[in-house]
Amino acid sequence: MSVLDQLTNRDQVFDFLAPEASPVDVRHGPILYMEDVSVSFDGFKAINNLNLTIDDGELRCIIGPNGAGKTTMMDIITGKTRPDTGSVWFGSRHNLLNMNEPDIASLGIGRKFQKPTVFEALTVFENLELAMAADKRILPTLTAIMKPEYRDQIDEVLEMIGLQSLRDRPAGILSHGQKQWLEIGMLLMQKPRLLLVDEPVAGMTEQEMERTAELLTSLAGKQSVVVVEHDMGFVRSIAREVTVLHQGSVLAEGSMDQVSNDPEVIKVYLGEEA
Amino acid sequence: MTSSNMWLLRPLQERSTQIFLGLLTAAVVVVTILHLATPEGSALHVSAYTVTLLGKYLCYALLAVAVDLVWGYLGILSLGHGAFFALGGYAMGMYLMRQIGDRGVYGDPILPDFMVFLNWQELPWYWHGFDMAWFAFAMVLLVPGALAFVFGFLAFRSRVTGVYLSIITQALTFALMLAFFRNEMGFGGNNGLTDFKDILGFDLRSDGTRLGLFIATGIALAVGYVVCRGIVTSKLGRVSVACRDAEARTRFLGYRVERVQLFVFVVSAMLAGVAGALYVPQVGIINPSEFSPLFSIEIVVWVALGGRATLYGAVIGAVLVNYAKTVFTGVMPDAWLFALGALFVLVTVFLPKGIAGLLQKRRKATDDDGANAQEVAA
Repeated sequence: MSVLDQLTNRDQVFDFLAPEASPVDVRHGPILYMEDVSVSFDGFKAINNLNLTIDDGELRCIIGPNGAGKTTMMDIITGKTRPDTGSVWFGSRHNLLNMNEPDIASLGIGRKFQKPTVFEALTVFENLELAMAADKRILPTLTAIMKPEYRDQIDEVLEMIGLQSLRDRPAGILSHGQKQWLEIGMLLMQKPRLLLVDEPVAGMTEQEMERTAELLTSLAGKQSVVVVEHDMGFVRSIAREVTVLHQGSVLAEGSMDQVSNDPEVIKVYLGEEA
Repeated sequence: MTSSNMWLLRPLQERSTQIFLGLLTAAVVVVTILHLATPEGSALHVSAYTVTLLGKYLCYALLAVAVDLVWGYLGILSLGHGAFFALGGYAMGMYLMRQIGDRGVYGDPILPDFMVFLNWQELPWYWHGFDMAWFAFAMVLLVPGALAFVFGFLAFRSRVTGVYLSIITQALTFALMLAFFRNEMGFGGNNGLTDFKDILGFDLRSDGTRLGLFIATGIALAVGYVVCRGIVTSKLGRVSVACRDAEARTRFLGYRVERVQLFVFVVSAMLAGVAGALYVPQVGIINPSEFSPLFSIEIVVWVALGGRATLYGAVIGAVLVNYAKTVFTGVMPDAWLFALGALFVLVTVFLPKGIAGLLQKRRKATDDDGANAQEVAA
């Protein structure tokens, strides 16, 4: 925002004129509600009448073959892509289609991309420190002090992601799996209500996968988590609810057993692997 | 102690800063004592010439620290920091010119000699105020700061980084050099500003003033070092490193990367301006050659030799290279640039982290031994 914008922003002149910061309203259950969403790129319908509801505190896995629209769906939720039609609500108060990326992020939707990016020159602790929800303008950042409660908050997340022993080591020495966990930890520092996790176990060893499954299941309940994943074994190990996407819309929804016995699903997706 | 100045005090509790400040103080005190207390002609005597030479090295050291702040910690390779140095120098030079008063060759009480020579009738508007020390000293900070602000605002907002930014900074200093070469600019053309008489009432040719300037430069270097160290050890410093290594990711965490870059860049430019301002009264002249692109590249070589992202490495690099330059240009003037080039290549190949990297490796080796011993004991 330019200086001019700040000066002409009439909302900021008097405090009582400022729009009320309204908390996310989940009294009616769902934290994310997508209805009849469609988006097409050059005539290709990436998302086609998608309906999806995520409950507060739920852990949901989304699977589907390549090109099923999983990443596009994430882009729509985080505000990166605008749908042509449909509506997307966060709780029952926030219409995500009226908001831009940083606003959506600060509202409490965190996204982890496929490739982990951590700050390799900084320690694990410092990585989490930078990610912490705080005033991120220049002078407050310059004069910021590490308060004991912040330290506790970071240590808590460190314990969750199991990297306490590497607390003061540079993030550059972490293994691929550890970097993924650190990145999930960085998301957690931002205190999101809804976590979108894109292919968390790609390239991980068996043990790392197990550890990741534990981590993600332990998050559910406190946060709502949406996991997009290819690895069926991994999905089976964490999923309570699975949504199968195909050609931009929901093909099936239910428990892993229900879904994997669905003849339609077997035809388009599971059949290929079996 | 309020929380808002904590960032400035933090470095003082840090061992490396204490060592640096201790060594710097010791060096300044020893030189002062050797200059004042030993008779001329004694083997231990430090002549006024040497004092001024050392003062010049300290100016370069401060300049190198400023470059290391943006290059080492923010990843912005500025090949134009000579411009901020020279602007600070010109601001000081204008003050010194106005101090000459009617003692110039033409004896004009207001106009500097070169203006009389060019038949100018009155002082250009931008020369007003420079007869007052406080105004001139403020300009030493404000002019380089303002240029860095405007330049950085445009460049960082358009997300110009990497090689492209380096090239633009190089173009910036080159353009300024060409501008300052013109007589019509009113900065003395290619002769620059010179023939200074006194500063704050002290005669610039007296040994006492020279010693005073040397000590002032030592203090400026200490303060500049602590300010930079304060920034890099603050959370903002860690955000800078984050911007350096993964700009997009930092933006995604909610930091305004362009503002971080702008802030650090402006601070660095101001420090460079102070270095230039202290340099001018000691060498007695400022001319457009300080804007030369080559000089700016040389600064980067000092920092690279000393070791990036350490700050004290920049000081070591600046002092060592310039000492070598003094020695070499005395013995074999033609060979200096070859020697500098060779040194740069050798250090890049064998000491990628510079001289500071060598020191760190040493310390780490002893630290690791200690840690291993502890583990064994546990």
